[in-house]
Amino acid sequence: MSGYAADVLALARKDLLLELRARDTLPAMLLFVVTALVVFHFALPGDASETAAKGLLWVAIVFTALLGLARAFVAEREQGLLDALVLSPADRSAIWLAKSLAVLAFLVAAEAVALPAFSIFFSGVDGPTVAGVALADLGICAIGTLVAAMSVAGRARELLLPLLFLPLALPAIAGGVGASVAADPARYLGFLALYDAVFALLAWASFEYVVVE
Amino acid sequence: MIRARSLEKRFGAKRALRGVDLDVAGGDFVVVTGPNGSGKTTLLRLVAGLLAPTAGELEVATERAGIGFLSHEPLVYRELTPIENLQLFARLYRIPERGERIGMLLERFGLWEVRHERAGTFSRGMLQRLALCRTLLHDPGLLLLDEPFNALDAEGAGLLDRELAELRGERTFLVATHDPARLAPLESGRLALA
Repeated sequence: MSGYAADVLALARKDLLLELRARDTLPAMLLFVVTALVVFHFALPGDASETAAKGLLWVAIVFTALLGLARAFVAEREQGLLDALVLSPADRSAIWLAKSLAVLAFLVAAEAVALPAFSIFFSGVDGPTVAGVALADLGICAIGTLVAAMSVAGRARELLLPLLFLPLALPAIAGGVGASVAADPARYLGFLALYDAVFALLAWASFEYVVVE
Repeated sequence: MIRARSLEKRFGAKRALRGVDLDVAGGDFVVVTGPNGSGKTTLLRLVAGLLAPTAGELEVATERAGIGFLSHEPLVYRELTPIENLQLFARLYRIPERGERIGMLLERFGLWEVRHERAGTFSRGMLQRLALCRTLLHDPGLLLLDEPFNALDAEGAGLLDRELAELRGERTFLVATHDPARLAPLESGRLALA
């Protein structure tokens, strides 16, 4: 295994181990997404369209992701650990990639509960929706982790993260909704793949400038 | 190894470090003193590359991997054990035979018995010992130590005294402290910040 891959693996493993011990991110994400779907279930009229229900599914997914991203750098922020990671000879982008993978794992775990819950409360989840969620997850975690690292340094970080994240994630959300409800989802899935590639590359290349003054 | 000329750092309107000139050669043991807010920590963070100077010149003739940085914070994950923390950093620093190195450091700093306990349960002094293990783990050539005796009990301070004396001459030191008398036998130069 290359040194870069080994660094990413070691850092991602550390994040998963921290969550396993502290359990302060995934339970909150699970609770939020299930609660949101229950509220939407009772709020939507019985004859509501599938399009409206899918739209609400995406609202739940985006804010669940935001919850995970807000916790992504808590250990590093509270204990100043970003300094130690930045000082190590590991490529700084490996820190971003590992953190993105950890956030992605939490988001996928939350969706593994959310999508079956959506099927129970509303309607079945089809293939294009699952593909849209998977592709949007990649983009959301890639760009979300970058802005989460940016907001760590700020004083109003709770405000800064959604302010930076939501406008940047909007194309991914639009693509995801389109893939879920459109008659021709391939176009939207292609757009999501392109969004993922562009924003992952952007985040990978710029992370160093975010964590080093 | 370190050369600074008219080095200055501002955070917005606040000047944290003003006009510092510094020359540190390989093997030097330079003690940085000064009152709170005089810029000792800022200077160390600049030399470590964690901050960029606002004005002046700074040259540090070593790679990132050759720097050992002891901060005010222990820079260890509280939810992980000492072994897990040091394993993580040993991997990132690509240390060969890391098990041996980690075991030796934990023994030396009196943390072997608690190697499987979470760092979050440690006292401040034990965290400082673990931070010293992390700082020395990759055998760095340049050691930047910010208040290294902070929170250490008499035994811990004695251990650190011996460690510093052993490494003196073989490594380059830049040490910020409020207690320069303790380091007087080791120091080769002093920078007093106002």
